[in-house]
Amino acid sequence: MGQIEKTRLFQGNEACVAGAIAAGANFYAGYPITPSTEIAELAARKLPETGGKFIQMEDEIGSMAAVIGASIGGAKSFTATSGPGFSLKQENIGYAMMAEIPCVIVNVQRLGPSTGIATAPAQGDIMQARWGTHGDHPVIAFAPSSVRETFDLTVKAFNLSEKLRQPVFILLDEIVGHMRENIHIPHQDELEIINREKPLPDQPYKPYDEEKEVSPLASFGEGFSYNITGLVHDEYGFPTTDSEKTKKLLSRLQRKIDNHLEEIILTEEFGMDDASLVVVSYGCTARSVRQAVKMARKNGLPVGFFRTATIWPFPYEKISAFADKTKTLLVPEMNMGQIFGEVERAVHGQARVVGLNRFDGEMITPDEILQKILEVI
Amino acid sequence: MWCSGCGNGLVTGSLLRAIENLDIDTSKIAIVSGIGCSSRAAGYLNFQTLHTTHGRALAFATGLKMVRPELTIFVIMGDGDAMAIGGNHFIHASRRNIDLNAIIFNNNIYGMTGGQASPLTPQGEKATTAPYGAERNFDIMKVAVATGATFAARATTYHLPLLDKLIEKGVKNKGFSVVEALTYCPVGYGKLNKKGDATAMLNWYKENSIPVEKCTTVDHEGKITVGIHHHQAAPEFVEEYTRRTQGVKR
Amino acid sequence: MNGRSEIRLSGSGGQGLILAAIILAEAVADEGGYVVQTQSYGPEARGGASKAEVITDVEEISYPKVGSPDFVLTMSENSYLKYGSDYKEDGILLVDTTFVKNVVSNGKNVVALPITRYAKEELGRDTVANIIALGILNGLANIVIHDTLKKAVLSRCPSGSEEINTKALELGLSLAKETRSTASRLA
Repeated sequence: MGQIEKTRLFQGNEACVAGAIAAGANFYAGYPITPSTEIAELAARKLPETGGKFIQMEDEIGSMAAVIGASIGGAKSFTATSGPGFSLKQENIGYAMMAEIPCVIVNVQRLGPSTGIATAPAQGDIMQARWGTHGDHPVIAFAPSSVRETFDLTVKAFNLSEKLRQPVFILLDEIVGHMRENIHIPHQDELEIINREKPLPDQPYKPYDEEKEVSPLASFGEGFSYNITGLVHDEYGFPTTDSEKTKKLLSRLQRKIDNHLEEIILTEEFGMDDASLVVVSYGCTARSVRQAVKMARKNGLPVGFFRTATIWPFPYEKISAFADKTKTLLVPEMNMGQIFGEVERAVHGQARVVGLNRFDGEMITPDEILQKILEVI
Repeated sequence: MWCSGCGNGLVTGSLLRAIENLDIDTSKIAIVSGIGCSSRAAGYLNFQTLHTTHGRALAFATGLKMVRPELTIFVIMGDGDAMAIGGNHFIHASRRNIDLNAIIFNNNIYGMTGGQASPLTPQGEKATTAPYGAERNFDIMKVAVATGATFAARATTYHLPLLDKLIEKGVKNKGFSVVEALTYCPVGYGKLNKKGDATAMLNWYKENSIPVEKCTTVDHEGKITVGIHHHQAAPEFVEEYTRRTQGVKR
Repeated sequence: MNGRSEIRLSGSGGQGLILAAIILAEAVADEGGYVVQTQSYGPEARGGASKAEVITDVEEISYPKVGSPDFVLTMSENSYLKYGSDYKEDGILLVDTTFVKNVVSNGKNVVALPITRYAKEELGRDTVANIIALGILNGLANIVIHDTLKKAVLSRCPSGSEEINTKALELGLSLAKETRSTASRLA
């Protein structure tokens, strides 16, 4: 038998909880919703083992609120949901962005719109993650393709959230969330864990310092008197409607993400050197694409594989960099074409972009992708 | 940002006197508020203040209290904030008996948006969205008691010494405490219902209130009952959770 | 274990098919192979259509769903009709005739046994039919070493039910042996 390291069978949702706890998560608030419920159940069972706390809130909105409240108290907090719940959480997600409160929100995507099919996979919340809450704001969102990557990206989501004082999304889907794979979970000491910066005691404290990209965050209970609000605010957190201060605040929120693109954007590629066709994918669909591209290359076709694990910010530059060397980009996704438009923006007319879409609750198969490759190459 | 004559400053004053009388270390006090006129009190107070989203103050406070049980948390809400958009959080905070001190500034109307009906606009009274009379209204005390709050009390802005004491007693109650502070909005509710100016509205409270312990339904129909409506100890949510999960090992 | 192997367990919710798939996947993981387990199910916890799949391989698995299975278990009339003919030429179909009354020849290997009836009559509990089926499956297909599977069954079954689950697995194995000897005699 193969000589891979000793592994254990993990479900994607389970790996998400394991990753969260490894990253230091000690608070979860949520509301049951298929196909994310295992995350709540495991968080309820596991968090107390390490002194953490869990609460099942009365609704999705309250869950998001409690997650933010706990983070303000100093906890590393998270929640998980699916489409309908993600919709309900949007207002408070915007609050966390505006008030710069670290937290992680997992959306195990199911088929929508509305109640849709609760048990069927989809990748339909890509744009909702980007623009679901109102107003201009930056977003960080990851889409793992495997159980192990779910663990890794959950750790990374917490780290970035703490470092940048920014809510971070993990866009799982029903396939990856419910799939079980045997994986090796790294030891705690192999992981880099980032904790939010704290203000120095007995020093004047600006929770929203204009001179800094990200200010330290005092926890309530540590004695720093300041205000947190979803209103446009000054450096001390108090409301203002001053247009200069408004512009400065919103620009800084965007800038703190833009200045860390290299650290945030994770992509994977193979077979790109000679590729006249590149398949761009993410999430569970990338698994079918990997098999299809391997089959194509076995048949001598010059096909490349480009997968992005970071949905937002989108890897425009990386795609633009290879677009002029290729003729066609194929974008299979389990929606009506959401990342397709972003790929077109990145390609900017340098190559043809073709979509391959399924929105019937079934995965796109490797055969379907191969067929499409043969058709458009 | 409060209009001249507004009663919200009076309630805020009561809150501050209560805090002073209780002699709590200010670094252990957090003020959490929702959205609306009353919730802007957070911005006037030099504590750790959290001005949240509309209706969600109790849910934010629930997360904060769970990770910082040592904090004394006041949750400032208006009547629409607490009982309409935030009604679900109110009944569940009450059910859990979480140690939060809800101070509801009840002015019977949506003030910030200019006089729309709330679930506390008395039935038949006018609001800009109830030009022909408001729907049936809530009684906050009854909702609090029925859903499990362990302390429920009411005073008006005419009864400030009583209000100070009720807030203090609410803090001393280990559990969910609801203090309904009947304030008044002369420019919204008052104007629409011809209640007169701020002084007239205060006088109306004076003339129409009765201590709850003296109230008999036969003689005092329609009176405002002030004082402690309910006070009964029950296990507190965070303590219970901590007790149940203590000793859970990997 | 060698190469890629695709297994589909199908029937109704409540028959323990997802658990059986997890047990099998854990046994494969224990032996160091790559494994992916998925399922699809309806909203109801009991009664609706249920399908659990396991793919094993010596290399990393990309597409996690079964395309053309090597082994199919059908434990309901509906699942038999849906999946009863869709498997590899040299694959095996195992049908629980407790629920599927009319099993027809399809030119490929078919093993028809009253699995749930055996569970009820020989072990006194129909809920261990899934473990009997696992025993038959592994006895016929040799996916993992029998003892590895036994270990996986014991680690997943509720305490107090070790004995009956062990018996179920052994019964499955002996049924597989009988089937094999019958098949070789026929050949």
